[in-house]
Amino acid sequence: MARQTHTPSTGKLPGVEKCPTGIRGLDEITDGGLPRGRPTLVCGGAGSGKTLLAMEFIVRGIRDYGEPGVFVAFEETADELSRNVSSLGFDLDKLVRRRQLAVDHIRVERSEMEETGEYDLEGLFIRLGTMIDQIGAQRIAIDTVEVLFAGLLNEAILRAELRRLLRWLKDKGVTTIITGEQGEKTLTRHGLEEYVSDCVIFLDHRIVNQIATRRLRVVKYRGSSHGTNEYPTMIDQHGLSVLPISSLGLDYGASTEHVSSGVDRLDAMLGGGGYYRGSSILVSGTAGTGKTSLAAAFIDAACRRGERCLYLVLEEAPAQIIRNMASIGFDLGRWVDKGSLRFHGVRSTLYGLEQHLVTLHKLVSEFHPPTVAVDPITNLMVVGETAEVKSTLTRMIDFLKNQGITALFTSLTEGGGPAEQTEVGVSSLMDTWLLLRNVEMGAERNRLMFILKSRGMAHSNQVREFRLSDQGIQLRDVYVGPSAVLTGAARLVQEARDKAQAVSERESMARRRRELQQEQALTRAQFEALHLKTAALDEELHTLEAEDQTRRVTAAGEQAELARAQGADGNGGLSKKGAKRPADRYARA
Amino acid sequence: MIAKHATSDTELLEEAARKAKHQKYVLRLYVAGMTPRSREALRTVSEICREELAGRCDLEVIDLYKQPTLAHREQIVAVPTLIKKLPLPLRRFIGSMVDKEKLLVGLDLIPRTP
Repeated sequence: MARQTHTPSTGKLPGVEKCPTGIRGLDEITDGGLPRGRPTLVCGGAGSGKTLLAMEFIVRGIRDYGEPGVFVAFEETADELSRNVSSLGFDLDKLVRRRQLAVDHIRVERSEMEETGEYDLEGLFIRLGTMIDQIGAQRIAIDTVEVLFAGLLNEAILRAELRRLLRWLKDKGVTTIITGEQGEKTLTRHGLEEYVSDCVIFLDHRIVNQIATRRLRVVKYRGSSHGTNEYPTMIDQHGLSVLPISSLGLDYGASTEHVSSGVDRLDAMLGGGGYYRGSSILVSGTAGTGKTSLAAAFIDAACRRGERCLYLVLEEAPAQIIRNMASIGFDLGRWVDKGSLRFHGVRSTLYGLEQHLVTLHKLVSEFHPPTVAVDPITNLMVVGETAEVKSTLTRMIDFLKNQGITALFTSLTEGGGPAEQTEVGVSSLMDTWLLLRNVEMGAERNRLMFILKSRGMAHSNQVREFRLSDQGIQLRDVYVGPSAVLTGAARLVQEARDKAQAVSERESMARRRRELQQEQALTRAQFEALHLKTAALDEELHTLEAEDQTRRVTAAGEQAELARAQGADGNGGLSKKGAKRPADRYARA
Repeated sequence: MIAKHATSDTELLEEAARKAKHQKYVLRLYVAGMTPRSREALRTVSEICREELAGRCDLEVIDLYKQPTLAHREQIVAVPTLIKKLPLPLRRFIGSMVDKEKLLVGLDLIPRTP
């Protein structure tokens, strides 16, 4: 307590000492908490959660940081307060009995009071001082001091006294929250911000398109860095939580591990293993193209791997999805029973975008699922303006990425619009984009699927027919013929036609082959016959030659014998002539 | 009928006023230390007790610095605070009680001027 009183406000300390609030998210935005030993103004409209923030600051300070606290209520009695926050699990009475908490209700009733002359608020100081000293409080919340403006008429005195009060609290070294009602043009109706120069937090509760969204903004924080944006805020059974925008840097890791998409052929199309772990997958398509089925396949595969899954459904009841997916062979019910799959089904219009984001945050931080599916993100469109939706989705995707969660989003494309465009314009944030499409042809509709993009993997460029059966999802090659790309029955018909044609072609081929073979055989037979004839002639020729030889020898012998018998001497010329004639005759024959 | 009724109302009021004249006043003046304001308030209230409520005034002056818990019990915010505990209704006056007339009116000791 005392250490802060020695700290001059213009000191050269490295930074302001922080007093953690224990409120989820708020300490991150304020880089550690509220300025210790100094007052912080929390302002906002009615119902924006000022009292809750102040109360959580006190109770969490006691519970989580062991710092006793005082809560001063101007609007509610101690009993009312105690009842109001018991739903959050805060037992004020117990804390009071343990002398860690002091609650005081300060009632200023205009009707029974008259002012005559000058006064000061020393009574208030005494009350606060007594409580602070009784329990050794290090924190105090005053909710809301503006009630004094309604009860006391002399505003000049009041303002001077408020200034003195804050100075006094600062000197006592207690970390203070004072709350103030939002004014028309000012942060607070009575300009409290001029007294509190250290830290101002503004809570906003606005209605856009009939849907309420809560925001928190740190308007100023002297001597400390802080987030300057409006942060989505949520109030639920655990109190207030503020959602810091996921880290602004793009510094998440990139895994090279693959996770199955749940469809074998799709895994094959995605370079063999499926999606990258930690990547964002968008499945877009018009109504009835099988987006949810693809999401179910992905979830089923993750559950089979033994991973926990979170399935955010914004359109159908979980029971209905379980039933529908069972019809195509995905038994999601058993994963729910096993506890590995958690559904979160709400209508997107139930609450604002921020609330959706905060809910996702909470679910993820409670359940730690490595796999998340959101079906469909386009339903969030109706909740806010396009720019808002986009920024929320960006945060959602960033958040999941930072957590290393593989997330699949489905997106409904309105009929008639360009398919390569998501309604909410988040495609650029996605790592893998699967496009589903209906093709109407031959009195039937068929589903087509192709990978529009998949960062960092050699993915197939082929269009596949996407078939849902009781065996799950099947991808079939489409018929890519010279005339058209055919699917479904048309594909089957064309395939049959092709088959018939192929058969007939095969048959005519065989026939032609047979004909040729026959002709070949015939030719070969003719060839054989001629060959035989040649051989026969050859033989005859040989015989003739032999006969002729024999005859000639015989004739020559007869001539010589005749010559000898005639006694002639000149056998040369005569024998020549005589020999020649019969030989010629034979040759000619 | 109406006239008679009105008469009876007036009679009641007159009776109440007569009674008030004899009623005992219980006044508590809460101060925080003897500041000039405290002193001024105490002087005015004492005067009224002496002049208007002689013999039927129970005035007690409480210094909250000495009895700080009373500030909580009596819902004191501003000082000096004068509380008229009796006669009912309970009424509070804050300030240095410079305006004696206003105080007398508030204590029902002189009629309210229109």
